[in-house]
Amino acid sequence: MVTATTPLKAEARNLNFIYNGGNRAVKNLSMPLYENKITALIGPSGCGKSTFLRCFNRMHDLYPGNKYEGQIVMHPDNTNILDPAVDPIEVRMRISMVFQKPNPFPKSIYENVAYGLRVRDIKNKRLIDEKVEEALKGAAIWNEVKDRLQDLAFNLSGGQQQRLCIARALATDPEIMLFDEPTSALDPIATANIEELMSELSNKLTILVVTHNMQQAARVSDYTAYMYLGELIEYGDTDSIFTHPTRKETEDYITGKFG
Amino acid sequence: MATQVLTNPVNLTISPRLAKNIRRNIKERVIELILMLAALSAVATTFAIVGVLLYESLTFFKAVSLVDFFTDTQWTPLFEDAHFGIMPLVSGTLTTSAVALAVAIPIGTIGAIYLSEFATHKVRETVKPILELLVGVPTVVFGYFALFFVTPMLQKIFPELPSFNMLGPGIVMGIMIIPYISSVAEDAMRAVPMSMREGSYAMGATRFQTAIRVVTPAAISGIIAAYILGISRAVGETMVVAIAAGQQPNLTFNPMESAATITAYIVQVALGDLPHGSIGYQSIFAAGLVLMVMTLIFNILGHWVRKKYRQKY
Repeated sequence: MVTATTPLKAEARNLNFIYNGGNRAVKNLSMPLYENKITALIGPSGCGKSTFLRCFNRMHDLYPGNKYEGQIVMHPDNTNILDPAVDPIEVRMRISMVFQKPNPFPKSIYENVAYGLRVRDIKNKRLIDEKVEEALKGAAIWNEVKDRLQDLAFNLSGGQQQRLCIARALATDPEIMLFDEPTSALDPIATANIEELMSELSNKLTILVVTHNMQQAARVSDYTAYMYLGELIEYGDTDSIFTHPTRKETEDYITGKFG
Repeated sequence: MATQVLTNPVNLTISPRLAKNIRRNIKERVIELILMLAALSAVATTFAIVGVLLYESLTFFKAVSLVDFFTDTQWTPLFEDAHFGIMPLVSGTLTTSAVALAVAIPIGTIGAIYLSEFATHKVRETVKPILELLVGVPTVVFGYFALFFVTPMLQKIFPELPSFNMLGPGIVMGIMIIPYISSVAEDAMRAVPMSMREGSYAMGATRFQTAIRVVTPAAISGIIAAYILGISRAVGETMVVAIAAGQQPNLTFNPMESAATITAYIVQVALGDLPHGSIGYQSIFAAGLVLMVMTLIFNILGHWVRKKYRQKY
């Protein structure tokens, strides 16, 4: 699956992340993110995979005292998005995120999806209508909600809420989508729906997904990275990571001897 | 299922280790009783107050018809030519409260948004205690502050403003209520889960957009609760208006005039030497009953609005 022609969408270069208080949660990590591919981050709890993921949309900027070192370069701009001169809001406009627990806003289904457009000051009602429909279709939830777009989003089931959150992230045409354990709060059927959705989405955008579930990583991803204690232990295409891991630690984790 | 077990009694004995512990049982019951009595004392007091108000008002309404009470435009229970129209007192209460809320709701809400969403930890920990200090200032101090400081200042802007007026004490009452509103509203906003804010930031929203479009609607039921608390405080406030608004019942909604509120009337009359059982004495209870009903209406309204907008997250 790794071909020389697969273009890079982003890459971490010697990335370090230090939490307020001095805990170095990501250590000297370098890793590529290939365009329109799904890359999975696996590893035991506390290994820094979510911390690493949240570097991509500068989520750590929300809390004082956190520090990035190294670079995350986004292509085709060839810009280090961690550069203090880069506006985190601009970064988040291009790299959207889906969270562990569905977190819809206290608004209608329609307004949840329109949110990203509204904060970008888009006022054209027809354009918003179109985008909302397109995003809900893209997140495979349109048929379930098209007759009740004005209902409160909280009235949806957990799996529907998560697909709504994906639609919300989709509505602004992001280039990269980050998924932070998107199915850990969902039942197996809703999980299967989300996984299928991710595969479909990867036709037009780049996905980085953190998962606790190794089967999920094996099912959905093209590339897999195994992290432990803030370090990248092994990275490769998913098939070879799961069938012939080169590192002993990776093999122990994948086979369930550890973690 | 349970009946099946009961109808098939097997000869079972209860081992001493599993037998009911009588001492623990009694102790639990006693504690429960004490807790219940403590809870009941507040309820009982409320009922007692309502009872006394109703009982005394009943005597009052035997002498004064309800129609007169609600339609007469004068309130002069102690005059030779006595009139018992409650409306001048109600208008005074509503006007001073409206002025107070016009000050307290915007400033209190903005303060809450600032403290919850923008202020750094250090600023918040400094500002909050200072704001809460405002609650500790005796209301009589606020009353003289209105009379001798705020009203003279307002008179520089409005030279025709009388020394006793509803605007000055209304504004001061508003300042007094700000900490109540800001602190309850801020608690409601800070209770909004961080994940919801992160969801908004992740969409590229700014701090201000997140505060206004996500956090405020999520906390709206708590914010409304803060407003209800503010309204109750304003309607029931006594000293400030008794001191600075004048004590002449006056059927007007113009804050530039002097007037008396229900509370101001009660304190004014209760301080005089009224014979027990006279109509003037009973008018206190009738006025008190109206005040209680007004507060109750605001509370029910608020409760209903809160329920309607309650968010579960």
